[in-house]
Amino acid sequence: MPPLLLQVSGLQTHYVSFGGKRVVKAVDGISFTLEAGETLGIVGESGCGKTTTCLSIVGLLPAGARIAGGSIEFEGRDLTRLGARAMRHVRGAQIAMILQDPMASLNPLFSIYWQVSEPAYYHRSLRGGRLRTRVGELLRAVRIPSPAQRMREFPHQMSGGMRQRIVGAIALSGGPKLIIADEPTTNLDVTIQAQYLDLLKELQQETGVAVIFVTHNLGIVARMCEKLAVMYAGRIVEAGTVRELFNNAQHPYTRALLGSMPKLGSKEKLSAIPGQPPDLANPPGGCAFHPRCPAALPRCASDQPGETILSPSWRARCWLAERQARERDAVAIA
Amino acid sequence: MLSPLLEVESLTKHFAVNTGSLLHRRIGWVKAVDGIDFAIAEGETLGVIGESGCGKTTTSKLILLQERPSAGRIRFEGQDIAEFVGPALMRYRREVQVVFQDPYSSLSPRMRVGEIIAEPLQIHTSQTRAEQSTRVSEVLELVGLRPDVANLFPHEFSGGQRQRIAIARALVTDTRLIVLDEPVSALDVSIRAQIMNQLEELQQQLGVSYLFIGHDLATVAHISHRIAVMYLGQIVELADSMELCHAPQHPYTKALFTAALPAHPDDKHERLQLVGEVPSALAPPSGCRFHSRCPHAMPRCAEEAPVRKEVAPGHTVACHLY
Repeated sequence: MPPLLLQVSGLQTHYVSFGGKRVVKAVDGISFTLEAGETLGIVGESGCGKTTTCLSIVGLLPAGARIAGGSIEFEGRDLTRLGARAMRHVRGAQIAMILQDPMASLNPLFSIYWQVSEPAYYHRSLRGGRLRTRVGELLRAVRIPSPAQRMREFPHQMSGGMRQRIVGAIALSGGPKLIIADEPTTNLDVTIQAQYLDLLKELQQETGVAVIFVTHNLGIVARMCEKLAVMYAGRIVEAGTVRELFNNAQHPYTRALLGSMPKLGSKEKLSAIPGQPPDLANPPGGCAFHPRCPAALPRCASDQPGETILSPSWRARCWLAERQARERDAVAIA
Repeated sequence: MLSPLLEVESLTKHFAVNTGSLLHRRIGWVKAVDGIDFAIAEGETLGVIGESGCGKTTTSKLILLQERPSAGRIRFEGQDIAEFVGPALMRYRREVQVVFQDPYSSLSPRMRVGEIIAEPLQIHTSQTRAEQSTRVSEVLELVGLRPDVANLFPHEFSGGQRQRIAIARALVTDTRLIVLDEPVSALDVSIRAQIMNQLEELQQQLGVSYLFIGHDLATVAHISHRIAVMYLGQIVELADSMELCHAPQHPYTKALFTAALPAHPDDKHERLQLVGEVPSALAPPSGCRFHSRCPHAMPRCAEEAPVRKEVAPGHTVACHLY
């Protein structure tokens, strides 16, 4: 078994405001692991804690947010205990992040060369000609035509798809082992999105970097990821391999998400999820999904379901799945 | 076939591009929409898909009379909308409405929901306040909201509920055609399905027609009866939506389908990778606009623009291959 690259256990990130009177549990005890070179998709609706999870890992939480519990072990080191200085050596060199909006994540006042070279300059101590060669290689790797000329240009001279590829080159520049991509293709056109996803997959095969894809689009997960974690109201409600979840999802929320996806070439009525995502400042008791759940049991409103292990890679937090698993076990013993 | 409610005939919109200097010399034209034809029948949904800059939104603005066409015409129930004045124009504006992409910026934060929905009634009808508020409650119930929300402000609602309010506002004047400009792309996945189902139900109940603009193929195909595929200001293919999904003909449509994301990790489809990006509409390629990225391009494609012709009943394609 390859060694674990990232192990998040019981992570809790809270936003505290009004002098501690209001606590929003954006991330409420999540655990997952990632091996080197693996691709994990995290899906969920806006406000479910996907982005807060990522920001906790890279240590870029906004003021007012704090990690209230749990640990983030990256190659055996707990990132939650690192100081700002040590964290700077991890961020960019070991873990890189690709953000949603390529226009906002590039600085309009600096050339492409300056921005792509920065992580390699600081984290790999490359200078002069070697730095220039490295930037050329990176731009070629993300399929920027005539890199020698393009690296002297500025972000406004590039199209949206090219800018997002430049952001990819910056992420790779420090030679990271993990890239966290937070909705990297939401602003791109369909054909450009397909090109970009193919490119990321190729780069991943070449460099062996692990990727966490944060998205609300299950299609991206189906195309790109090996493992999937479904988040709802700050918790992972179901996690497993992509095939396990797409073929036989156990949590009603996962099933509902898959059912609300329009399938190409089918006019089947979509199974919409009734109601609204919960307000995290005031979450419902018991299982947070129970007010919207079509299969809710009486105990769902009062008791928080624990993790039911369905296979070595597959876990769900649902009373229904727990009951079915118990019945299966009873049959197996008898 | 049903009689068309709206017909668009060789519709063209060119925007002039001037130098930014004092002299304001004209340096070119952006051919945003360049000779498109389609029709929408009563109670039908026509989907329009294409990438950014293909002219989808300009088309909707021309239909909504926010822009004047450079050439061509739009007919509503057989009459040219450019000739509408006075009461006829008011009637057109009443019967053709719009829902925008972002429900956070399309509703005024300073007006109560009831006022937002009643505003078209104040402009277009002589109803009393009481009649207006009855009508407001009626449409609120139609879109699945409680009538008492009329006293609240938009900030008290989530994205999906706001989009319902925007739909209620578009329906309040006995609308015949609603232009839906990416109405679900700003919403969460679970809410998207709610709104799509709601739109379908409303159409069955009220017989309203939709022009559904979008870039997500699966969404557009799900809701539309027919789909027009646009590329750089032109319609390259128009067909029944299920036929388009199962037998796309134009190389661009095929490329769009292979670029669409799979619904299951085991879905395999042949890859038809497009090279490069959409060329600038300021200097579109000669002949067929798609030839610079087309895997099947022939010498003829660079010289002669293909005309859209019928390849099957109701299925038209603009490509020299057919």
